Formats: sequence, C-alpha cells, structure tokens
Amino acid sequence: MKKILPTGLMLIGLAFSISTTAFAADEKKKAPEVINGASSKMLADTCTGCHGFDGVSKGPATPSIAGMSAEYLTEIMIAYKSGDAASTIMGRITKGYSDDELKQVAEVYAKKKYVSADQKTDAAAVKKGKKLHGKYCEKCHSEGGSEAGDDSGLLAGQWAPYLRSALADFNDGTREMPKKMKKKMKKLMKKEGDDGIKALINYYSSIK
Amino acid sequence: MSFKINRRTFIQTLSAAAAVGAVGTPYLAFGATKKVVVVGGGTGGATAAKYLRLADSSIEVTLIEPNKDYYTCYLSNEVLGGDRDIDSIKFGYEGLKKRGIKVVHDYVTGIDAKAKKVTTKGGESFKYDRCIVAPGVQMRYDTIEGYDESMIEKIPHAWKAGPQTIALRKQLEDMKDGGTFVLVSPPNPFRCPPGPYERASQIAGYFKEHKKKSKVIILDSKPKFSKQGLFVQGWEKLYGYGTDNSIIEWRPGPDAAVTKLDAGKLTVTNEFDDVKADVLNIIPAQHAGKIAVTAGLTDDSGWCPIALDTFESTIHKNIHIIGDASIAKGMPKSGYAANSEAKVCAAAVSALLNGKEIGSPSYVNTCYSIIGKDYGISVASVHKLAKDKSKIIKVSGGLTPKDASAEAHKREVGYANSWLKNITDDIFG
Repeated sequence: MKKILPTGLMLIGLAFSISTTAFAADEKKKAPEVINGASSKMLADTCTGCHGFDGVSKGPATPSIAGMSAEYLTEIMIAYKSGDAASTIMGRITKGYSDDELKQVAEVYAKKKYVSADQKTDAAAVKKGKKLHGKYCEKCHSEGGSEAGDDSGLLAGQWAPYLRSALADFNDGTREMPKKMKKKMKKLMKKEGDDGIKALINYYSSIK
Repeated sequence: MSFKINRRTFIQTLSAAAAVGAVGTPYLAFGATKKVVVVGGGTGGATAAKYLRLADSSIEVTLIEPNKDYYTCYLSNEVLGGDRDIDSIKFGYEGLKKRGIKVVHDYVTGIDAKAKKVTTKGGESFKYDRCIVAPGVQMRYDTIEGYDESMIEKIPHAWKAGPQTIALRKQLEDMKDGGTFVLVSPPNPFRCPPGPYERASQIAGYFKEHKKKSKVIILDSKPKFSKQGLFVQGWEKLYGYGTDNSIIEWRPGPDAAVTKLDAGKLTVTNEFDDVKADVLNIIPAQHAGKIAVTAGLTDDSGWCPIALDTFESTIHKNIHIIGDASIAKGMPKSGYAANSEAKVCAAAVSALLNGKEIGSPSYVNTCYSIIGKDYGISVASVHKLAKDKSKIIKVSGGLTPKDASAEAHKREVGYANSWLKNITDDIFG
C-alpha cells in the first residue's frame, strides 16, 4: 500500500541526495582506508543498544524501530545525517554509514515485528485524541498510525516521551514536516494548542 | 589443508575436533558438537553468549560467571548520587538460560590453550573448540604505597558495581556536612574513561541538595580527561566550578597523582600535598582481569593483544578476548563498546566454527554521562576496521555540541536512562 509522497517531501528527498553526494565526494578525499561490506545484520546489530533488542525499545525516550516502513526509516536516517532533522546523537551516528548501509539497516528493522510499548494513559485524553487523530492525521497515518505501508512513522503504541519530543521538534521547526502535515499541524495547534498534542500522544500511546 | 578420511584422521577429528575448525575447514558431522565456553558474564561475555546462540543454535554455549547477579557499572554513579536504586542496575541470567545457554556459577582458575580446556575453582573442567574471555578489569593496588585490597571496605573503589557501590553511598550519607569527598582518578588506560568525572558530578549534585558545605576534590593522575570541555561547562553551570564557592575542585596530573596512602587517617599524598578525606574513593590503576593474566593472554602492558576482526588472541589460538580486557585499538573501554565487540566476535566465532568466511565487522559506541539534574552529555562513534586491520577507525561521531540547548541536555538524560534499559535487555534478555 504505497502512497505517493507529497511533492514537498520529494523535493526534500532531492536535496538530500545532492547534499549527500557532496558529502561523499568530500569524504573520499580524506577518508581512511577501511573495510566496508558488513552484512545487513552486522550493521543492524549496532542499533540495539539504544533502540532495543530486535528494535523493540524498552526505554521510553527512545522509539521502537521494529516494523516501521523501510522507506520511512531510510528517509529519516538520511535526514539526521544531513542535519535536516534535528537530533542529539543520531546525526553523529548516521554520518558513519553510507546511504546504502542506512537503507540496509532500515530493511532489517522493517521486517521485524512491531511491539507496542506497555504504558499508562489518561482515558479522557485518549478519547479526545482519537477524535483529533481522525480529523487531522488519519489521512496519512491510517488505522491510528499503525500502518507501516503508509511510509510514515509508526505512532500506534509508540512511547509517549518519544512522541512528545518528536512533536516538539516538528512544531519548533527543528524537524522538517511534509507540506500536508505542516498545514494540518498549524490548524491543530491553532484550534487545540498543547492540549491537542497531549491528547494525540495519549491516544497513540494507548493503542496496543 | 588436505583432508583424507582414514581411521587415524577420523580419530584425530573426534579427539581434537576444534583443530579442524581452527584452520577454517568446515566441521565434519561426526556427531561432534561445536562447543564454546564464555568466561565472564558481564556486558561483553553475556552479549557474546547470546549472540552466538542467535547466530547458530547448534553451538553449545557455556557461560561461566561467579556471581548470580550482575550490577552494571554504567549508571552506578547515579546510585552514588542518590537518584537511582541499586536494584535497577541488577541483572540475572534467567534470560540467557532460556536461550539455551548453560550458565555455570563458578570461578575460572585456568584456561589451557593446548588442551582447549577451562578449569574452575569448583573443580570442574570444560572442553571447548573456541573460548571467549571477557574478564573485565583487575584493580592494581601496587601503584600507591600503603594501599592494598584488604582496605576495600573502608576505602571502596566501587569500580565494579554492587556491594561496594552500596558501601560508598552509605559513607556519603553518613558523612557530616562540611566534609570532603576525595576521588583519586586512575592513570590511562582504564574502564570507563569519563566515569570518574561523572562520579564527581553525581556526588557534587548530592552535596548541592543535601550537604551544602561539602566539597569534592579530584586528584588526577592525568593532565586531561574524557569529555573534559563538556564536564567543565556542566560544572560551571551547576556547581560553581571556577569560582571560590565551587563544589568540585579538579587537581590535574601528573603533579596531583597520588603516590601514598595513610589508610588510618584517610589521607593521600601527592607530590605537593597531603590531602585528608572524610570519604575516600581510590579508583586504582587497572589491567586485564586476573584470568587473562593467569592464562597468559596479556602482553607487557597488562592487556590482551588480539586480531581486531575476530578478537582472537594473538598469543593463544582459539581464545578470543573482548571488552575492557582487550586491546581493541580505537575502541574505548566502555559498556557499549564491549557489547559491540561481543557481536563482532560472536559472528566471527560462529563463522569459524562453521568453516565460513568471516564477514566485515562494524562497531559502535555511545556513552552518556549524567552531570546533574536534567543535564546529560554524550559521546558517540561509529567504527570500521582499517584495510590493513591494524586499528579500528572512527568513521564518524563526536560529542554533544558545546552550544547544546537545555532541552538537548535534558533529553540526553532521558536517552541515557532508556539506553540502560535497552542495552541490558540486549545483553541479558
């Protein structure tokens, strides 16, 4: 169930490929001679210390990456690498891998089973969040944001603290939003404010 | 290797099956099981045991570890600061047992590289085709005059977490306000390079809240230390570092290096001073864990030389050393590095036992330090092996930027705590 990416995102994608090519050329000049060609599994095994065994996070600040769409994971990692998406350490780490290696890693985790985080939520906020989701988010994050086929991040059952930081980054512009999301988010913030965000987080984190 | 099957080679194969594997010839299925003994159930050893079983469930893996519970060194400084319960860094071996790993609680006293046999204090012996040794570090009590192991209760190093961590916390709680905590920081190389400075930070945080007149003095053997710029920035922000009222004082080496101890008076001596402590924490100089020395796996430096793609000892064949004890040129002595090295090693051991080619390695390290409330810093790095295999090269990484926002420092505390949960699940789960 692949959907066509919005034009805005495609343009960003183009920008990524230009900047990474420039990076690769720059790197070639001074790069030390290293052995490449690690297997997908070997590469993917380096992620689990932070993102959890099999990509299922046991720590609330770090997202689970198991079962996400390979397209989404590749895209976000390349955005970390280029700096288009803000991060604390992901930018430093992704620069150590070629785009192709990042794609390999994404494909490993896309095949793993997604497991919802076990966490408490507020029933009233969940109810409100469900409504807001239907109104503002459902089009691209179908089925409560549980469909990897949407090629957008999985929201259902994701850790609340992680969702909170991700949404904060989108809202303060340190993480680029696709055009449609930007429009919807603007509307949501205007109408519902931070309570709307809180409700959405409660809703997504309540989904098992 | 030519390999003619006749009666003689058949018997040799049975009695010394691993020799075949050792030269990279595929195992012959004469009912011989592939046996791996892992010595040490810390971060490196436990990860290796688990990932070996994941790579090939037909390998018989025995993990030998004296303790029933493992306390992580990482995040144990938070226990000293009072923000974390010791039980939250305690892990058992049930998860590994469920994965079919034979866990033996015993103390390894010898590794016979020729006979490919591990012997224990309990009088047992275990044959192996390949042995993975992850002994961590051994404290050296001989570099400071007047200091020895018998003083550990009074002067705990707490550089292996557990009872000593609890003891040191208790001393800090019992200390009168206005007292001095003296931390003697070890010479390079040692386990967890930013650890002593995170410890000083955590204890300064405790003093700031609960014992406002108390001070932390670090007596260092070294003129500089890991993440120094970020630590100093954090200390300035949180603990008045650089002012007359600073909670933390760092006295750099080599001048401040402690050479003598008067245990009765809790006083340490360096080139210029006698420094009296109310609570004294000596983090001693270190070398590879005792069994590595006993088994002849160390060189003159006191650490274990290895091939960087397989972690196989360059001294004894079929023995691999991972984690803090190894000379993994380019990798720090950290928990995440040990976890990463264990995965590279497990993949190589599995390939070797199955007569397959060894794949290209990929290594990673991330290390968080929590300086105070909502104030975390990190260093991260991705590594690849040099073409000539002479070192493990950092291909990217770096520190928390100097101009990081308050929100970024706060998030790094969250990531540090989540990292503990995830890495320990990766190791023991």
